[in-house]
Amino acid sequence: MKVLIPGPLRSYTGERREVEASGATLDELLRDLDRRHPGIRFRMIDEQDSIRPHMRIFVNQEQVRGIAVALHPSDEVIIFQALSGG
Amino acid sequence: MPAEKLRKASLSAPSAPVTMGAVALLVATRKGAFILKSDDTRRNWETTGPMFFGHTVHHMMLDPRDGKTLLAAARTGHLGPTIFRSVNFGKTWKEASRPPAFPKATAGETGRVVEHTFWLTPGHASEPGTWYAGTSPQGLFRSEDKGDTWSPVAGFNEHPMRAKWTGDGQDGTPDGPKMHSINIDPRDPRHIYIGMSSGGVFESTDKGVNWRPLNAGCFVDFGPEPYPEYGQDPHCMRLHPLAPDILYQQNHCGIYRMDRRVGKWERIGSRMPRKIGDIGFPLVLHPRDPATVWVFPMDGTSVWPRTSPGGKPAAYVTRNGGTTWQRLDGGLPLSQGWFTVKRQAMAGDAHDPVGLYFGTTGGEVWASRNEGMKWTCIARHLPHIYAIETVALKR
Repeated sequence: MKVLIPGPLRSYTGERREVEASGATLDELLRDLDRRHPGIRFRMIDEQDSIRPHMRIFVNQEQVRGIAVALHPSDEVIIFQALSGG
Repeated sequence: MPAEKLRKASLSAPSAPVTMGAVALLVATRKGAFILKSDDTRRNWETTGPMFFGHTVHHMMLDPRDGKTLLAAARTGHLGPTIFRSVNFGKTWKEASRPPAFPKATAGETGRVVEHTFWLTPGHASEPGTWYAGTSPQGLFRSEDKGDTWSPVAGFNEHPMRAKWTGDGQDGTPDGPKMHSINIDPRDPRHIYIGMSSGGVFESTDKGVNWRPLNAGCFVDFGPEPYPEYGQDPHCMRLHPLAPDILYQQNHCGIYRMDRRVGKWERIGSRMPRKIGDIGFPLVLHPRDPATVWVFPMDGTSVWPRTSPGGKPAAYVTRNGGTTWQRLDGGLPLSQGWFTVKRQAMAGDAHDPVGLYFGTTGGEVWASRNEGMKWTCIARHLPHIYAIETVALKR
């Protein structure tokens, strides 16, 4: 399915904004994304499988709080980096 | 211990030769990493970078065993922590396949998360490819493949006393609790020292399986017990490579030296001028003389401004193991100089006389070609500097 990548993570995708990955859950999709683009997962998901504090993931325009959520092949996943800091 | 005895405590092997010629400084900053390269005279410097622009780089370190592998500990304000590796002195970089990370917690338990890697130390000379990393919160990690994959050192990270030793995250610096000052005994790769802010100094003699506190004689002014077994706040602890039984530390509560044969920290900073005090972050050892130590004091009074006392920055040196101290402020601002020099942001080279370098949180790099007698600003307008390491460039 289609995954939209934010600017800070595009060094992992060859600067591509939109990439493909698959999985029956968001966790599986992110692991597949990491197989295709090594290292990208740990920059947004920590070792306890939590979404890092300043990252936001939306499935079909709806923000998800965890990565256990089920996905369908037609879903669209959008990853954002939240605005914060100085 | 008199200076002469300290010098006699050195190993007899001449393992720290004078290295002249060009020097490089590995500068880690809040917004990326830079390399400053000198000519042979160390008078002219060229700045290259930034590398990892926008990343907070806490430490960048050369592997002295091959002279070309660099590791950099980085994260951004938003993205998780990682390690970048170069095998050609920074020409190209690759990310570690498995950066330092705590194990996944079992169901019902709260797992820990590496916020950033703070400190990098190459392993023992007999163990090429081995590195150690200290993280925030306090965790110890080891790589045995030149920094590509990292594994937790469970002997410390899962130690039943770890939470008590470290305060379990509550007792840390304003920038987070940290493991730092990883020192490997040059006589024995199994003998490892660590420092923790907070937690104190600890050692293992079996390559990290078992640990014990090493804080006897080290004062605490931020707890009910003045000399606890652990819970101290060492800012920077270093072992002299030529006299590995001599340890020095710049602590939150003073400057200390320990002779392992005595087994107790002695507060050598009490001989610093009273109006300057003995609080600071960095501590630099002379590469050939275990009795010579440089520090960079800061204001640790009232609310802890952490800037040069009185706005008059200066390094101080002892050449006799802490019996007397000399102020070194030649060329530094005489007033209105509110420097903060962090614990990794001061280093020396192997020249004779030794070159000294420090970076400020205001983005300036200062250098001295004569052991601190005269300072010159060699770079300014860099981001907030976290760390400086020196490298002797091959001719």
